[in-house]
Amino acid sequence: MILVFCETKDGKIRKPSLEALCEARRLADGAGKGLGALFVGADTTGAGEAAQYGADVIVKIEAPSLAAYSSDGYATAIADAVKAKGATALLAAATSCGRDVAPRVAARLGAGYASDVTGLSMVEGRLQAVRPVYAGKAFATTGFETPVQVATTRPNIFALAPCPKAGAVETLPAPAGGFLAVVKEILTKGAGHVDIAEADVIVAGGRGMKDGANFGILEELAGALGGVVGASRAAVDAGWGLPHSMQIGQTGKVVSPTLYIACGISGAIQHVAGMSGSKVIVAINKDPEAPIFKLATYGIVGDLFEVVPELTKAAKALGK
Amino acid sequence: MKILVALKQVPDTETKIRVAADGKSLDAGDVKWITSPYDEYALEEALRLKESAAAEVTAVSVGGDKAKDILRNALALGADQAVLVKSAETGDPLAVARTLAAFAQDKGFDLILLGNKGFGGDNACVGPMLAELLGLAQANVVTKLELSEGRFKAEREGDADSEVLEGSLPAVVTAQRGLNEPRYANLKGIMAAKKKTIEEVEGAAVTPAVTTVTLALPPSRPEGRKLEGDAAAQAAALLGLLRDEAKVL
Repeated sequence: MILVFCETKDGKIRKPSLEALCEARRLADGAGKGLGALFVGADTTGAGEAAQYGADVIVKIEAPSLAAYSSDGYATAIADAVKAKGATALLAAATSCGRDVAPRVAARLGAGYASDVTGLSMVEGRLQAVRPVYAGKAFATTGFETPVQVATTRPNIFALAPCPKAGAVETLPAPAGGFLAVVKEILTKGAGHVDIAEADVIVAGGRGMKDGANFGILEELAGALGGVVGASRAAVDAGWGLPHSMQIGQTGKVVSPTLYIACGISGAIQHVAGMSGSKVIVAINKDPEAPIFKLATYGIVGDLFEVVPELTKAAKALGK
Repeated sequence: MKILVALKQVPDTETKIRVAADGKSLDAGDVKWITSPYDEYALEEALRLKESAAAEVTAVSVGGDKAKDILRNALALGADQAVLVKSAETGDPLAVARTLAAFAQDKGFDLILLGNKGFGGDNACVGPMLAELLGLAQANVVTKLELSEGRFKAEREGDADSEVLEGSLPAVVTAQRGLNEPRYANLKGIMAAKKKTIEEVEGAAVTPAVTTVTLALPPSRPEGRKLEGDAAAQAAALLGLLRDEAKVL
């Protein structure tokens, strides 16, 4: 069986978890294996949705002690579920939570681990993973030498494909509690609480924005396109009051949106590391020699303060 | 208080990546090697604890002889000891975590600091694996750290928000940008570091759990198209192409 650790938010499965589930279904079909969706927490409302995305079995581990996230508590629950179900592969989304807990589970199980993968296949009954390395400047194909394999999937890479299955619900016992470290508080910090790693459309600003207040015009364009706003390191470091959670690049977030619009961003290698996986890239820059144009699907050499409002106007007219 | 800081030697960010003739490893020919940037935040945090709380700081790196460069740099910055755990590069983070765990076991470290990921492999997993192997609490991608008697409080970066977590010491903490501002080595430190010895120990024998089958450069993106006209014309042309050609709207 392939088991997928699924995260829920506001009673729904998070999109990156659904993407992992859909990819796992494809792998399971190819290898003639079953698929289990695993939910851990004090309240797993929303778990039933996993059946619509291919789960043969929905495994729940519920206890009040799991209300607040704990790396070691969740690792125990997940590793116990892998053993109880005899799963040979465990997938999780490469979210903040997935990247925190999955390696701990892998170490517990003595399993090989591949992080933030962008491609998966099943070779002779074992996973094989493709993942960006050296900040996206190369891709490694990782083979596993262990009977159990663990991987996290990069958000926005694997397609959603509804695929109704039985989704029989099963409950497993929860770990006892007394965890080593527990989340006590969530601090929300502006930016609309949207994770840019999950966004389909990103409008990003760089040093060419000249001031943090000017990001308002990017907000308007992003709003018209149903997207979110990001920033380069240069913009975040400029002291314009932009939060680090907006930063895209080697020392920020890695994003893979369908559409990435880079405004006043020159395209330094560190920034490219964070966004080169975008499907369509638009660059708007006054400098025709800016390296970002080498990467851009469509390039606009011009003043972003003229072009961006025109784009917003045109996008609104399109009814997007 | 005893602190261990694990450092990884990685190719400089600007390095042009070339694949070696074996088709599965990095051609190290022209590579300039540096301390992985996130590890610099880990080391800086350890040095600040040394200054404020009289901690003893040990820097460790798993690797070959050339990793002595980054250990020497750690000594120049103020680490008390440096240890090279000799090990062949396998590209398997679990093997690195096991080697580090075997080294750290029973040495009484109160805190183990690492960068939240090593540039290059970009796995971001040695910290949590090490915590698991040693049976310790973990806090990853940390931007703020406070220690008290036997406890820690850390702020870590979530997907869109930050989380405050509390746990018991000893613990493994991985550093994120924002935790502090790393210092530069001064001449006095560099001269003093030259007189210190870097201890060398043989790494534990570990079997790799993953192997690299191939390493390849990404496919190059087709040449893009520059749009003509004034701002309004460029905007209209772009929206048309995004809708009809790229089909993303």
